[in-house]
Amino acid sequence: MTVQTYHAPRTREEAVALLAADPAARVLSGGTDLIVQMRAGRAAPSSIVDIKNISAMQAVLGNDGRYTIGAAMPCTGLLRDEGLCKAWPGVVEAANLIGSVQVRNRATMGGNLCNASPAADSVPALIAAGATVLVVGPAGMREVPVEDIPVSPGKTSLAAGEFVAEIRLPVRPPRSADAYLRSIPRTEMDIAVVGAGVSLTLDEAGTCTAARVALGAVAPTAIVVPEAGAALVGTKLDDAALDAMAAAVRAACRPIDDKRGTAEYRTAMAGVLAKRTALIAAARARGEA
Amino acid sequence: MNAPEPKGKFRVVGTRPVRPDGIDKVTGKAIYGPDFVTAGMIQGAILRSPHAHARIRSIDTSKAEALPGVKAVVTSADFPGQSAKIIAAGETSSSLQNIAATCMANGKVLYIGHAVAAVAATTKAIAEAALKLIVVDYEVLPHVIEVEEALAEGAPILHEGMITKGLDPAPDRPSNASMVFTLAGGDVDAALAASAVTVSGHYRTAPVHQGYIEPHACVASWNADGQGQLWISSQGHFDLRNQTASVLHMPSSDLRTYPLEIGGGFGGKTGIYLEPVAMLLSRKAGRPVRLTMSREDVFNASGPAPGIVADITIGASEDGTLTALKLEFWNQAGAFPGSTIHSGVMTALGAYRLPAYFARGWDVVSNFAGTKAYRAPGAPQVAFVVESCLDDIARKLGIDALDLRLKNAARPGDPGPTRVPHGAIGYVECLEAAKAHPHWSAPLGPNQGRGVAGAFWGNYGGQSTAAVALAADGSVQVTTGSPDIGGSRASMAIMAAETLGVPYESVRVTIADTGSIGYSMVTGGSRVTFATGKAVIGAAQKVIATLVERAASLFGVEPGQVEWRDGAAHCLDGERAGESLSISAIAGKAGQFSGPIVAELAVNPLDYLPAFAVHICDTEVDPETGNVSIIRYTTVQDVGTAIHPDYVEGQMQGGAVQGIGWALNEAYVFDGNGRMENPGFLDYRMPVASDLPMIDTVMVEVPNPAHPYGVKGVGEAPIVPPLAAVANAVARATGLPMRQLPLSPDRVWAAIQAAK
Ligand SMILES: Cc1cc2nc3c(=O)[nH]c(=O)nc-3n(C[C@H](O)[C@H](O)[C@H](O)COP(=O)(O)OP(=O)(O)OC[C@H]3O[C@@H](n4cnc5c(N)ncnc54)[C@H](O)[C@@H]3O)c2cc1C
Repeated sequence: MTVQTYHAPRTREEAVALLAADPAARVLSGGTDLIVQMRAGRAAPSSIVDIKNISAMQAVLGNDGRYTIGAAMPCTGLLRDEGLCKAWPGVVEAANLIGSVQVRNRATMGGNLCNASPAADSVPALIAAGATVLVVGPAGMREVPVEDIPVSPGKTSLAAGEFVAEIRLPVRPPRSADAYLRSIPRTEMDIAVVGAGVSLTLDEAGTCTAARVALGAVAPTAIVVPEAGAALVGTKLDDAALDAMAAAVRAACRPIDDKRGTAEYRTAMAGVLAKRTALIAAARARGEA
Repeated sequence: MNAPEPKGKFRVVGTRPVRPDGIDKVTGKAIYGPDFVTAGMIQGAILRSPHAHARIRSIDTSKAEALPGVKAVVTSADFPGQSAKIIAAGETSSSLQNIAATCMANGKVLYIGHAVAAVAATTKAIAEAALKLIVVDYEVLPHVIEVEEALAEGAPILHEGMITKGLDPAPDRPSNASMVFTLAGGDVDAALAASAVTVSGHYRTAPVHQGYIEPHACVASWNADGQGQLWISSQGHFDLRNQTASVLHMPSSDLRTYPLEIGGGFGGKTGIYLEPVAMLLSRKAGRPVRLTMSREDVFNASGPAPGIVADITIGASEDGTLTALKLEFWNQAGAFPGSTIHSGVMTALGAYRLPAYFARGWDVVSNFAGTKAYRAPGAPQVAFVVESCLDDIARKLGIDALDLRLKNAARPGDPGPTRVPHGAIGYVECLEAAKAHPHWSAPLGPNQGRGVAGAFWGNYGGQSTAAVALAADGSVQVTTGSPDIGGSRASMAIMAAETLGVPYESVRVTIADTGSIGYSMVTGGSRVTFATGKAVIGAAQKVIATLVERAASLFGVEPGQVEWRDGAAHCLDGERAGESLSISAIAGKAGQFSGPIVAELAVNPLDYLPAFAVHICDTEVDPETGNVSIIRYTTVQDVGTAIHPDYVEGQMQGGAVQGIGWALNEAYVFDGNGRMENPGFLDYRMPVASDLPMIDTVMVEVPNPAHPYGVKGVGEAPIVPPLAAVANAVARATGLPMRQLPLSPDRVWAAIQAAK
């Protein structure tokens, strides 16, 4: 592992210039993916652009119910923002399932997203939440839905010189909440065999008025399953609605067989987890949990 | 001092002092294998095979040799020719040819990760760059991984010309089965036919790794005059020295070997991998050379434990009395012959009274790293089969699982596995303690199941040397050649302090290099507290004899008139009767006598006794996901006498946890090319702390009368029952047989689905 140059820019503009100047440069956030990959010889960047020193890159800002999270905010740092934890418990819990406490003290949601692993834990939760990211680059800034960043395992839609500066969470309507669950053989330090994020809104009578369901590790990227969300809308999340949602989830799965689980198991688990996640989100939306 | 004293009589034995090596280890000062540095040392790296099975047509190292900074390149051509002579290789034995081929492939590579060449250079980066310049021309051969593939008609043969040993008549064609070991007695088929009930099962486990945290590492220095030095982290620097010297055709005493602290071994650090390669690199380079393995190397190229395939039938009468046991199992031995079939067979026959029995193990080679000892080598897999089948008998007869075992448990005087009668064993005491434990009768919730399993493990004694020397101030230096893996410095200090009658803190223990004390076998077979302990106690007794003699001379009486008590010589007779001389008073006068007080003792005790254990495990199975949670776990074990109870309990807990990992998620996963897909701790899933409840321990003390303090080996028995205890618990939680390990969520889920 030999890196020629390490940069620690102080502004977004500097970072963009450095990234644009070296096509083989890589952004460094927490490094919990990048450094592991470099040590294994799977990544060999010629220069490293560490974004942690850029202003607001490690902050959570709440404004009129919206949240802006710096792309290099460590996962454990999210726990310190009470408002964020209340508004988006599913996103915060997903980010805080990653690795161990030591890993999460470094690891970030920005890195989790841009590493583009189909099994990244925070990504389905962010997609379910309707999160967007602010991408900055040589051509300026653009706001992109989270689900549009990863395009295939290890690949993103970011253009040369671009990086993710912020993760943005929308205003949360009343009586709504989110949740995330994953299936792993152990209790921690593991990679999701399946991950499920659900964000939903109930009306005063407890009927679901909006729902987004997103899945990890069942396709080349995390996916949103509109049919699954639609199966919940207009229901009180009775068994029939949950079964219909689970069926939609299973139908959307295109998993692979690998050392972490068979395609059949992954598909079945996606349905099981989506149901359980929806029930947790609903209980939170009702103020019960 | 030959009979065990009642517990209350011990002053130090049975106490829990802080271990003497503790501070260095928790503060990071202790020097482990990969930490050691010596003057002028350069770095080595090893080129490893990308093929599971291939003939090496040629190796061109010229470009690597030409790279600036490269000081030496070594291939099998640099190794002396080897004979087929079998030598001790830690807890197993192997031919010199195979020991050498484990270090460096000779003509053929037998697994992905097999070493084919090595480089030493001024930096690790240069050494690694040089590896890329070595050109190996391979003729790729078909490979086999599973036992069934290896034994199939027309399977590629790993060791050409290998004829199965132990069959009569001997087969006339070579195969991948190296050996068969059988123990049989009585007419097993007739006994099964006459049994009121019989249960059969087909079982399978995967190869697993010991998972020690510290990777293999060594530094070697080989001088032009033929003398060398080796710094290693191992379970036995004498045995590793002997293996290295044998492979290199050098006198053992020319190779002074220094032990470094060891970060776990569990049987996996009883043989050589890097040592002769580092030596050859050093001789060529004229510099000391370090070699280390990465975690991936450790998984691919050290010695995991074999998987097994097994068929078993057990018969019993209506009241649960066992009538016969018939077992045949096939060890997935990895690339080299010599896996643990003998101890596997013994495991099947050691714990219960069996009027008729047939137990046969097959040693079958295939294309992954040669397997090695792993804590109670060969026993956990076989105990999984036997103890699962016993559970089926208990269920079929409606008998309590512990009662069934109590009814049939081996008692002192009953025939052991080789029909030598058992000595003072404590299996019944363990079963009774398990039955009396509140865990056994605690209520269970939905989707929960309780499993139990017993264990027999033979233990070992063997050769050890120890020295006890007194300083002029009376403080005590104990020296042994047994690496401290589980707290044995503390145990040696306790036994020496107990014997001498001095405080624990006045005894210090050194693990000496091969140039500083006589031979000791590996730390393995749960032998050190027993055998090295006997050497320490015996040497301390010799020191006491000298102290008494000198005190007698100082008192002006005969030695028979002096009593050694509480760390002092007491004059019993004559003018000075009632006076005493402390250990320091006598030691300080060494100049008036024939010199310093020191005694050395070499022993080879074979009066060790086996260990027995019973584990109770509660699991909860998520019926929708197949995830298994261990919600309660109790270990009960006959520990002889617990010299340092903390470290005995630590062994019981550690063994249980490793066994739980083996049962739940650990497995070598191979792709179609014979490549291990999970050579790292992310996907080779050992349990993490949050996966486990507190492991409860119950020490049952049935002392070994042949040891001054009653010691029996304790380190290995606790890994024997967990595979079956967990599987039996899952079987009871789901109502389904669980005959293949690991019980990963997808496998348990598939079993639940299939039963729907
Ligand atoms: C022991 C261990 C356990 C783990 N367990 C989990 C787990 O349970 N779940 C899980 O999902 N992951 C897990 N991971 C993976 C990793 O920790 C996460 O993906 C983490 O969120 C990555 O964040 P990071 O800040 O460390 O990323 P980095 O390693 O810094 O970066 C990851 C990738 O994204 C790029 N990148 C980073 N930030 C940006 C940005 N702002 N804009 C553009 N590109 C960027 C980098 O160039 C790199 O390619 C684990 C890793 C380890 C080592």
